[in-house]
Amino acid sequence: MEDLKRTPLHDIHKRNGGHIVPFAGWEMPVRFSSIKEEHIAVRTNAGLFDISHMGEFIIHGPEAVKFVDMLITNSVSSLENYHICYSPMCNDKGGIVDDLLAYKFNESKIMLVVNASNIEKDFDWVVKKSADYDVAVENESVNFAQIAIQGPNAEKILQKTVASELGKIGFFHFRELTFNNGITAIVSRTGYTGEDGFEIYMASASAEKMWLDIMEAGKDSALLPIGLGARNTLRLEAKLMLYGNELDDAISPVEAGLKWAMDINKDFIGKDRALREIENKPARTLVGFEMEERAIPRHGYAIFAGDEEVGIVTSGTFAPFLEKYLGLGYVSRSHRKRGTQIEISIRGKNKKAVIVKTPFYKKQYKKN
Amino acid sequence: MKFTKSHEWIKEIGDVYHVGVSNYAQEHLSDIVYVEAEAEGNSIDKGERIGTLESVKAAEDFAAPVDVEIVAFNDALADQPELINTDPENEGWIVTVKVLNETQLDELMDEAAYKDFLSTL
Repeated sequence: MEDLKRTPLHDIHKRNGGHIVPFAGWEMPVRFSSIKEEHIAVRTNAGLFDISHMGEFIIHGPEAVKFVDMLITNSVSSLENYHICYSPMCNDKGGIVDDLLAYKFNESKIMLVVNASNIEKDFDWVVKKSADYDVAVENESVNFAQIAIQGPNAEKILQKTVASELGKIGFFHFRELTFNNGITAIVSRTGYTGEDGFEIYMASASAEKMWLDIMEAGKDSALLPIGLGARNTLRLEAKLMLYGNELDDAISPVEAGLKWAMDINKDFIGKDRALREIENKPARTLVGFEMEERAIPRHGYAIFAGDEEVGIVTSGTFAPFLEKYLGLGYVSRSHRKRGTQIEISIRGKNKKAVIVKTPFYKKQYKKN
Repeated sequence: MKFTKSHEWIKEIGDVYHVGVSNYAQEHLSDIVYVEAEAEGNSIDKGERIGTLESVKAAEDFAAPVDVEIVAFNDALADQPELINTDPENEGWIVTVKVLNETQLDELMDEAAYKDFLSTL
């Protein structure tokens, strides 16, 4: 087996009964109790996630904003300082290199938060594309740990660990805060669950203390540690993208329904294809569907309409909160409409499904 | 009750047998949310796929402990697949089968031998 990386919280997870599995080159907890129980806890109370495997790049320099505006589809020039945007980052053909969050500190400093599975590919790409700009790009991934607290009680619990008023951090905004334990961290009102909550970035050496202090603050509220299994089912109910499933190097942001994360009033890498697809409509498009016959759609299963193969499943699961069998997939344009009957080929049998409105679960974000 | 190294069990019930998966298997899979099995009347050779268990996370096939013919599926699992988590070695049985080759039963582990086997994993 290849050498797997461990987060600074690995020993704590083992002590807490985490079931550890390999994920994107890391040993990560897939669950602590059960995926269903952890999923429901985040929807109804709160959960704590170790997401230290995620990558962080810092872009410094006088042309930081100019460079990142060209690098990603969304706009950082129009962001205020201490605001964040979600964005695809495209290759020259308009496919997606990765999807990421861009944290704008000021005109000369931006942090990009990228997927663990793509850190090396992304860093090579960003460095290559930065050659013509007056910027320095640093891969700080190993120096940062990241913890997320998500759920309707996330703010109440986290507030016990910090004096600064968390209510002042708006949706997709961030601050640099010093916690009661003396640790300084970047705190953003962001997440990957469809719930309100925060993501906290700190030095790797501080992660263990921070995790234990937040768990202690959440003791009376029954805060649970949550594994990657529930992280996946939570993001799927809320139709948040998973790179490698809904997104890859060949799929475009328009096909993925991410036009909202694209600013066509500026130039960016991959814009030609985006404009073409906006004009002519893409041949395939991402849809959500619900199984009408009981069965679980999984990544890679074929989608049929009658005898015709019309698409492919990108993600699917039993959705623990909605208690439905749900999936996402790409279908040809003529089959994209809500109410369209499709069939999913599961172990050689076609099972009925219908295209439904997404997200399946209405996001409970706390917007100002 | 006899066990396989792939964590299925088979138990004599009158003149037929029940087949299911062990407590170890359900703990490993967690959260069973869907179960299906080969159709009634199908003959399945020992070690071949007899059905599929789906947890929230993944689909896992389970195999025939010996050569069998499927008699019936446990209909209770259609609405309550979680029976496999809560009572894997009784109410959570998956199919009723006819055993087609009884001598193969002798090759399986009894409860004590299975317990020893688990301690080596």
